[in-house]
Amino acid sequence: MTRAARLGIFSSLFAVAIGLVVFVSMAFLRTNPATLDFAAGHVAGQPVDLTLQTVGAVGSGPHPTWVSYMTKAPDGTWTHTTLWDLPADTRIDVTLDEYDSGSPLRNPEIGRVYGTLGSDASVNGKPVSLINATEGNGVAHTFSIPTLGVNVPLYGVNGDAKTFCNVPAPCPLSAAHNVITFSFVTPKQTGQYPWQCFVPCGAGYLYGNGGPMQTIGYMDGFLKVVS
Amino acid sequence: MPVQDAGVRTSGAEPRHGRRIVVMWAIASAIVDPLFYLLAGPHMPPGDMTSSAAGAQFDFNVLTMAALPVIIGVCIYGAYTLFTWRASRGGPDPVMTPTSRSNIRIQTAWIGTTTVVVLSAFVFGTVELVVPAGAGGAEGPQPIWTPTSKTVLPVQVIGQQWKFTYRYPTYGGFETDKLVIPDNTTIAFHVTSLDVIHDFWAYQLGVKADANPGTDNVAFTTTRALGKVTVRCDELCGIWHGAMYNYGEVVPKAQFQQWATSTEASLVAATKLLPPFAWSYTPSANGAGGSYYPDNVDAFSKTEVYGAGAVSAKAAAQKSS
Repeated sequence: MTRAARLGIFSSLFAVAIGLVVFVSMAFLRTNPATLDFAAGHVAGQPVDLTLQTVGAVGSGPHPTWVSYMTKAPDGTWTHTTLWDLPADTRIDVTLDEYDSGSPLRNPEIGRVYGTLGSDASVNGKPVSLINATEGNGVAHTFSIPTLGVNVPLYGVNGDAKTFCNVPAPCPLSAAHNVITFSFVTPKQTGQYPWQCFVPCGAGYLYGNGGPMQTIGYMDGFLKVVS
Repeated sequence: MPVQDAGVRTSGAEPRHGRRIVVMWAIASAIVDPLFYLLAGPHMPPGDMTSSAAGAQFDFNVLTMAALPVIIGVCIYGAYTLFTWRASRGGPDPVMTPTSRSNIRIQTAWIGTTTVVVLSAFVFGTVELVVPAGAGGAEGPQPIWTPTSKTVLPVQVIGQQWKFTYRYPTYGGFETDKLVIPDNTTIAFHVTSLDVIHDFWAYQLGVKADANPGTDNVAFTTTRALGKVTVRCDELCGIWHGAMYNYGEVVPKAQFQQWATSTEASLVAATKLLPPFAWSYTPSANGAGGSYYPDNVDAFSKTEVYGAGAVSAKAAAQKSS
């Protein structure tokens, strides 16, 4: 084999290797969920509406069986993301449609509502400050921002309900669900504040805390508080 | 006959380099060590808010004062060497030539000094680990020392992915995410976990204890001053390990009493839902609606089973006192 041929083969293999690295890197970067901007055009003093869903299985993407949050974007489209830009020092009115079944809690302490305005939440129109997860449908998930001291347990739906959501997210309003509303105020200090579900709902993972519990875009994300 | 000093054969009226270096080192150390102790010592981490923090600060200061002369010696020797024995243009190579040879006195002094320094640090560190409030770490499931105070406040620290909560067994066993403790009081932190291994690191308190599931890791400390406390997890425990922190506070006794009794009253309904107080808990399979946990207790019990071996608040107080 001539020197030129060897050089050609080496160059080709090197180019293929570089291409693979770029492809894998781009594939990784493209898996990051989008950030929804609720701060753009926000009028100071006005609350921001944040509408969410929790679904038992997202039904699409690389992990269709994983439990997940969904977010309604400002333009009204449902988006599979848990990253939000929110204005600082602003009241956030959350409407959360909970479609997943519940269970008792590993630590019943997270069955308490705190950190919200009025220290309570509304479940299907009824004020709730504490959920006994061993009764009824139990608690499916929580919406918690530990660094802001916010915790809202999400009452589950009956897993045997005839209209239990079994379609890819977003689930339709005709499916069995609970409507949970609450409000909290974003901090004055801008920055990224992690939020998460505290119910170990990563089925199939050690202590339920792997998989969707440790993947941005499913059961945890960031509040990006901007000025 | 050539003069022999500092491992270099020289000739003529060569100054006594070794003595020069030792004198400079002794003077610099005699100045720097007290300055460090007086000026920087009181500000060294983790402060002196508690007995264990003060103990850790003392250890830090002692070890730093032992290390400073070593650092000074290395710097002085290096600088002296650079200025005194640097190669001159056209002169002989000062290193590894027929004119250089070893010096048994220097070798003996070096080995002897470093041995004494290292062994001293070993003995000091070991003693500080076992004496009361020495190094400020956890004393283990079977504490290697217990406080002499008759009034010890037990506070249970529960780690879980990804936050700390605190139970106060002598106040009805309520559980909260706020750490509040009284001033001038001996605290017994009982550290455990509901899932993976965490680490309770209350920086200003000088307390750092692993939180292992199924284990009651005890750490004693006595508060000495009021102030804020930062609590962080110091064991890599998953995606939100970096966000697993919260804040606590050391408050006057009367204020603590008021806080504890009012919190106990306000959380009475929530406390009823908690499992009976225990020194450690077994994560159960029904934590999240399924049988997918490696659980050996009761995979489908109707109610939460974290809390095997429940104890009363009275027993909790007795154990800690």
